[in-house]
Amino acid sequence: MITLKINNTQVEVPEGTTILEAAKKIGVEIPTLCHHEDLCVAGNCRVCVVEIKGRPRLEASCATPAENGMEVFTHSAKVRNARNVITQLLLSEHAEECTLCYKNGNCELQNLAEEYYHDDEMFIDLAHEREHRIDKSTALRYDPSKCIRCQRCVRTCAEIQGVNALSAAFKGKDMMITTFMEKTFGEVVCTNCGQCVVHCPTGALTERTYYDEIWEAIEDPDKHVVVNTAPSVRVALGEPFGLEPGTIVTGQMAAALRRLGFDSVLDTDFAADLTIIEEGNEFIQRLKKKFVDGEEVALPMITSCSPGWVKFIEHMYPDLLDHLSTCKSPQQMFGALAKTYYAEKKGIDPAKIVSVSIMPCTAKKFEANRPEMKSSGYQDIDAGLTTRELAKMIKQAGIDLTKLPEEDFDSIMGESSGAGVIFGATGGVMEAALRTVYEIITGREVPFRHLDIQPVRGLDGVKEATIKFENCKSEYSFLEGAEVKVAVAHGLRNARKIMDQIKEGKSPYLFVEIMACPGGCIGGGGQPIPTNDEIRMKRIEAIYREDAGKPIRKSHENPEIKQVYEEFLKKPLGEKSHKLLHTHYTKRNRY
Amino acid sequence: MASQVKRAEIIFAPYSEYPYKILGEALKKSPDEIIEALIQSGLRGRGGAGFPTGLKWKFAKEAQGDEKYVVCNADEGEPGTFKDRDILVKVPRKMLSGMGICAHVIGAKKGFIYLRAEYDYLKEALQKEIDFFHQHCEKYGLDFHVEIKSGAGAYVVGEETALLNSAEGKRGEPRNKPPFPVTEGYLNKPTVVNNVETFVNAMMVCRIGAEEFAKYGMRGQKGSKLFSIAGDTTKPGVYELELGLTVEELVNEFGDGNTKAVQVGGVSGFCVPRAKFKDKTIGFPGKDDVNYIPTGGSIMLFNHTRSMYHVLENYLEFFEEESCGQCTPCRVGTQQLLKGIKAIKKGEKDPEYLDTLYKLAETMKVTSKCGLGQSVANSFCSIVDEFKEEIIY
Amino acid sequence: MPDTTKLIENLVEKYGKKRESLLPILKGIIEEERYLSEERMLEVAKALDISGAEVYGTASFYSFIDLKPRGKHIIRVCKTIVCDMKGKNEVIKTIKDCLGIDVGETTTDGMFTLLQTNCIGQCDHAPAMLIDGEVYNELNAEKVRNIIKEYKLNRQN
Ligand SMILES: Cc1cc2nc3c(=O)[nH]c(=O)nc-3n(C[C@H](O)[C@H](O)[C@H](O)COP(=O)(O)O)c2cc1C
Ligand code: SF4
Ligand code: SF4
Ligand code: SF4
Ligand code: SF4
Ligand code: FES
Ligand code: FES
Repeated sequence: MITLKINNTQVEVPEGTTILEAAKKIGVEIPTLCHHEDLCVAGNCRVCVVEIKGRPRLEASCATPAENGMEVFTHSAKVRNARNVITQLLLSEHAEECTLCYKNGNCELQNLAEEYYHDDEMFIDLAHEREHRIDKSTALRYDPSKCIRCQRCVRTCAEIQGVNALSAAFKGKDMMITTFMEKTFGEVVCTNCGQCVVHCPTGALTERTYYDEIWEAIEDPDKHVVVNTAPSVRVALGEPFGLEPGTIVTGQMAAALRRLGFDSVLDTDFAADLTIIEEGNEFIQRLKKKFVDGEEVALPMITSCSPGWVKFIEHMYPDLLDHLSTCKSPQQMFGALAKTYYAEKKGIDPAKIVSVSIMPCTAKKFEANRPEMKSSGYQDIDAGLTTRELAKMIKQAGIDLTKLPEEDFDSIMGESSGAGVIFGATGGVMEAALRTVYEIITGREVPFRHLDIQPVRGLDGVKEATIKFENCKSEYSFLEGAEVKVAVAHGLRNARKIMDQIKEGKSPYLFVEIMACPGGCIGGGGQPIPTNDEIRMKRIEAIYREDAGKPIRKSHENPEIKQVYEEFLKKPLGEKSHKLLHTHYTKRNRY
Repeated sequence: MASQVKRAEIIFAPYSEYPYKILGEALKKSPDEIIEALIQSGLRGRGGAGFPTGLKWKFAKEAQGDEKYVVCNADEGEPGTFKDRDILVKVPRKMLSGMGICAHVIGAKKGFIYLRAEYDYLKEALQKEIDFFHQHCEKYGLDFHVEIKSGAGAYVVGEETALLNSAEGKRGEPRNKPPFPVTEGYLNKPTVVNNVETFVNAMMVCRIGAEEFAKYGMRGQKGSKLFSIAGDTTKPGVYELELGLTVEELVNEFGDGNTKAVQVGGVSGFCVPRAKFKDKTIGFPGKDDVNYIPTGGSIMLFNHTRSMYHVLENYLEFFEEESCGQCTPCRVGTQQLLKGIKAIKKGEKDPEYLDTLYKLAETMKVTSKCGLGQSVANSFCSIVDEFKEEIIY
Repeated sequence: MPDTTKLIENLVEKYGKKRESLLPILKGIIEEERYLSEERMLEVAKALDISGAEVYGTASFYSFIDLKPRGKHIIRVCKTIVCDMKGKNEVIKTIKDCLGIDVGETTTDGMFTLLQTNCIGQCDHAPAMLIDGEVYNELNAEKVRNIIKEYKLNRQN
């Protein structure tokens, strides 16, 4: 242990602790910009500098380890003066247009500028003399004039996602953050996962917003606007309204959507249950093909609900696309049914339906706009909004989410099981699938206490479990005694580990769940900012609370699911399913 | 009579013995013995920062690591510096011997010379020397292999951690310190980075002994130093002088009779006006001693025809281009300083704005991530202090 | 035109398929082609299995790795303080006059590109410049004219 003094208060910390962390321990907040708990230390913004007795220079507290006997001053006159100058420097190369900025009110630079307020510009304006090109791709928006070059996005894309779509380029006054050859996000290996957006301290990187179009559709009396909300939105939407991370606001959210004027408030979780039926059956079918029919079939089968992950594998492992389940993601299944099944049942002209989804995700925007996603005969999903965009809309409508009563989803396609809910957390799809698959094969419930498959839960990067099938139903006797190994990975860097094993032909797994974002969708690129491990855990706990509280916890027991098969789809993997619920993938460039 | 500079002959001393004899002899000594001699000699790094070389080698020797590296910093990018060039041309064997001795001391099997792109024309001859050196390593049973890594045009890469990043094929951005290269250097292995001249000196300590080496130097400074003399001088070139001379002595020897100011240590060093020539000694400062100016060896003389505004502008243009751009104070600060003095000159900003800029420079000095940003204030403040009128009007 | 894929293959073979080889490989391409095109960057990315952005980010850091097409001979005139004091402007002006191009431009016949650079370590012989890595120093208008003339002559032979 190390003992040091910070602002004259003694503090004891383990060796290797930074001054920043030590200060936090005693409630001393040092401002930071380039630092993020999820990422390696950069030490480049320099706003976190502190004075250390006996050292002539100030040191970056995020990058300097605490030492025995150190005497640190975090807010001395020298420090404040320096921090002030640094803040003013940052502002001088920053196009401050807070009133025109998406991050207004949730911006780390703005907070710093507020702390070090100046009634006049200290330095010459450098921002407005530069030419700036704003990249507006389908999912993301990058405005370099708002970028403070902290490289959080660069580190995110490299360390969490292993994609390296971003880099610092050039040097000196020309240094900038960019993609390959300053291309748009749409033209490079970017997966649209939006993790860089979640980690950007300013308004430089944001999702591309679509709520203006949605407002227009809502106002249009000719349009029937249906909305569906992903599982992880309900455990995060409270945050922009000041609620604790992990507060469940499912009922208030439904109420808010209704008040915004959506014609029908439905649930993506319904489609998640549907995904489980299709994907579970696809898995069993693959096993049968392999072990009974002796056919060549790609195993492990890998989930395909995370569009960031799907684009990643299309770029990075184009030869392994066979491993992806052909199931569309819940969003796209929902969209395909909304303009067919739903339209039919409600007697609405599908051409008049505008189908909107509220997602924790930026990649969903790209997914919705994929050319192949038109199996209903129309664009299946017209727009995907992030949790953050929904929060904005609710605020624009003058609604205080916290004061709303709890309401239910509409029907049909509004009912879900607990299995649908846990899609939002890493491991959730696997758990939901196993709850159903095990039962199909053995006729019994999956043998875990309260159906909770603990080994696939939690924040470990790669998780494993083994399920043994015993006393199988006669048609599945080929699985008798089989020990099926499954794995769960989240964050694309972890996905690489699984994929490299598959590439080498050494994968021990038969079924794998992969989510692009750390923590799964609850940590998605469209979720409220900030997001860190502590917040991820709270959202995950909320997801499992919601599951535990559901009367129905298995997808195949969802009555609306039974109904859709009876009335419309007929059977899993059937002809209609094939047309509406399954898809194919595109090989893309690796570099 | 005015005092004079003292010529020294260590580095370029005529060296008639079989070129790698000293290397062979040194390899027979124990690493600790060599470290002790280096510490005794008082040798400090010649690349500018002046870290005691014996200590650096000691740390690297003690560092845990299956692989270690010896790196020779031949990036020589400081404007006004060209003395390493002369070593590479005239006495590369001494430098290579120094690297070999270092490898022996710290237990490295690999090393490289990071040669700036501007010196690509020296590469061929140097590679021949290295091949010759390898023959001798083999002869002496030293398992050590040196290669040349070429730069690609970036001043900041002379900073040791930026150099390591560059050698690893990355952007030449300086790293956070700690960890220092002696524990986590090239490919995160313990690494000694020394200047070209430092390796020559280390080798010479082994040759003439610490005591003899320490006899050179005046006013408490140890050893000789190569100086790159340029600008308004009658005899530009590389000179080996005893450390610890005053600026006045230098000007007496090299000035053109009309010297107005001397820039000691390149653009990242200090500008000394005529009035202070007497007071300023060239060498490593003790604690808080403002009258010693450390230098990697760059001396630029300016005579009365030169506009110090123009000089400062040229420096700042250099910095705003050559900053790596990663940290705020340096990336934005250099641009602001340049824009600022231009605006004052044009009357777009009040003369008082110079005080804001001065404060900015001082902030850069204490908050920048690496030596580049930290040293901008050296020239900026010293020029503004002495030539304020020239800057403003 | 040399076979470029082959060129990169050879360079990778020579320096090894590892990140540390990136700069030598890029410099090898520059030597052949004078600049680094988008296609070459992608080929290098593929060869070293790193992303295009990483190649671009690294390449653009270094001023001797040009990302724009350059002439056969690249002239880099030192513009740092000593050369500046000793007549760099005259050197630039002379070259401009001889070649009819501005700094940053390439002659229409694709023979010369004129650039400026920071101190090249020839301050004792200022003003100085590099042409394709070759040093020319103690320059004056006449000397510059002769050097350019010589380069032009060599082209004819
Ligand atoms: C911006 C900057 C540029 C530097 N350039 C060089 C250089 O060109 N050559 C050099 O030997 N050291 C240079 N240094 C110093 C090195 O970081 C390092 O201290 C030195 O190589 C250590 O060797 P020494 O102990 O032998 O001096 C530079 C430092 C900074 C901050
Ligand atoms: S990024 Fe932050 S400081 Fe900049 S305009 Fe947006 S809200 Fe304001
Ligand atoms: S969206 Fe994801 S893949 Fe694309 S640049 Fe950002 S972090 Fe990288
Ligand atoms: S885009 Fe955002 S995260 Fe990336 S460097 Fe700029 S400010 Fe930082
Ligand atoms: S001080 Fe300048 S050169 Fe050094 S790290 Fe900061 S920006 Fe880069
Ligand atoms: S937060 Fe420490 S340097 Fe940026
Ligand atoms: S200033 Fe031109 S070579 Fe040094």
